[in-house]
Amino acid sequence: MVKDMNKTMDNDVSTAATTADTVRGVSLRPDSLPSESSGTPNKEMIMESRDLQVHYGDFLAVKNVDLKIHRNEITALIGPSGCGKSTIIRCFNRMNDLIPSAKVGGKIFYRGIDLYGEDANAGEVRRRIGMVFQKPNPFPKSIYDNVAFGPRVNGKPSKSETDELVERSLKRAALWNEVKDRLSESAFSLSGGQQQRLCIARALAVDPDVLLMDEPCSALDPIATARIEDLMQEIKGQYPIVIVTHNMQQAARVSDRTAFFNTEVDADATRPTGVLVEYDETRKIFSTPSDTRTEQYISGRMG
Amino acid sequence: MSTTAVNIASRFAPDLKDSTSPSRKFRDKLFLSGLWIATLVGVLTLFFLVLSTLLKGYTRINLDLITGFPSPFPEDAGIQSAIFGSLWVVVTSGVVSLFIALCSAIYLEEFANKESRFNRLVTLNIQTLAGVPSIVFGILGLAFVARGWLGWGFTVGTASAVLTMMVLPVMIVSSREALKAVPSSLREGAYALGATRWQTVSKQVLPAAIPGIATGSILGVSRALGESAPLILLGALAYVSSNPSGYTSDYTVLPLIIMKYAQEAQEEFRAVGAAAIIVLLLLLVGLNLLAIVIRDRSRKSW
Repeated sequence: MVKDMNKTMDNDVSTAATTADTVRGVSLRPDSLPSESSGTPNKEMIMESRDLQVHYGDFLAVKNVDLKIHRNEITALIGPSGCGKSTIIRCFNRMNDLIPSAKVGGKIFYRGIDLYGEDANAGEVRRRIGMVFQKPNPFPKSIYDNVAFGPRVNGKPSKSETDELVERSLKRAALWNEVKDRLSESAFSLSGGQQQRLCIARALAVDPDVLLMDEPCSALDPIATARIEDLMQEIKGQYPIVIVTHNMQQAARVSDRTAFFNTEVDADATRPTGVLVEYDETRKIFSTPSDTRTEQYISGRMG
Repeated sequence: MSTTAVNIASRFAPDLKDSTSPSRKFRDKLFLSGLWIATLVGVLTLFFLVLSTLLKGYTRINLDLITGFPSPFPEDAGIQSAIFGSLWVVVTSGVVSLFIALCSAIYLEEFANKESRFNRLVTLNIQTLAGVPSIVFGILGLAFVARGWLGWGFTVGTASAVLTMMVLPVMIVSSREALKAVPSSLREGAYALGATRWQTVSKQVLPAAIPGIATGSILGVSRALGESAPLILLGALAYVSSNPSGYTSDYTVLPLIIMKYAQEAQEEFRAVGAAAIIVLLLLLVGLNLLAIVIRDRSRKSW
């Protein structure tokens, strides 16, 4: 069944940009069509999923996800636990490849290239689409080596190139001033918020095209969270961001677009499957959502 | 707020004196003394064993012991050939099995599809082999390495090969455990930066697993150093009066020369055996210290 989907969906991304603009009958973003056709660089689409669905073994974890990720924007994925937000974001840089039972159906396009196509290499995908995880996961190495790891595995930069890259990345992640005098110290000597910014710097060091963040602030205190949110605003012009968050206020504060996911139970399934309920500009999702489920969720009556 | 505080406080005596009932205290002490006794049994046994060995062997703990070779005269008898025999065999089997064990552990843990039936069978086999009595490896070595196919005879090479076979499953299992203990967030972090599988394993996972691998491997090597059963079958139970010069040499090892001397009728020979036990114990302690040093070194850096 997944195979068949792939075939029917196998048309090129330029047509998709004009066709798949509705999800479950809900108009996605009526105002974005003209800007795309007029080629405004601001609204340029960089990634798109079409009828994405993920199985873990026989269990359908999430289905029918059509998402568009735009340049210069932060896209937030929100929804109750178990609705497949993290599953979706992990498809966007093929991290789900690491789970043997995970099967991805449908298509994801990155600059019009099929992410799961024959020619696409998972390492190459992850080099361009960086990721920051829920729990800060610095390597058990020095601060310097943490940031230098990405460039090193992707080429053999010279010492001076590496120095420059490390400094630039740490500056972009707003961490340089705090760590410039102790680059050779263990990354674990940093606080949780600093560790997470180190992980962001590490991701930026390979100069990705898109940055995926899977609940990057859920392990952090409010002050550290605010710093990361500021940082996201600073870098989104250069690195479009997709963020999964449990925190609706965070989505409302930082994102330009919001996708609301929910779970539904099919008649023949025992476990709930995640679906994309509504995807629109954040201010619209939080003020005048089209779907009653979205409205219930954001007003705190569900989830 | 204040009324609840008063209510709670009134449930307790006004002071902070211990109000635990005597029977609870008694059970507390009973449990603690049980733990103490259990600990002491182990420690005291070892202490008296070492003490009695020292008392028997202290007369022969001198330079002659480690420079001398087996001799018909107890005052000349030494254990140099056994020390060198043990070193040859243990170092060879340690290095070879560490290499093989690391490779197979990395394959099974990081590369193989753990769901596949073949790999589950391999895992089951390795775990079974780790529990096989060492004498079985001796018989196997006698049939296929010393005689039969390879026909290497009773040599250092045969002993090394058999001890390698014996230590290998233990090392694979412990190396796998060490790799398994590396948090998956470390792997994800590396993969997310575009690292290949080999880069992830060699640059992140393996360095993080070194303390565990070192500990497990050195325990395996210690086992090889103290092993006697398979080598009895493989010609090590002999007075060898020269150090091995290669893998085709005759050999003997410390545990077996201890056995030889302990079986002699003369008290003086048994003293040499006791002294050899002390040397063997010192080597084992040294190996364990090495394990601790390696573990702390690689941990201390982070």
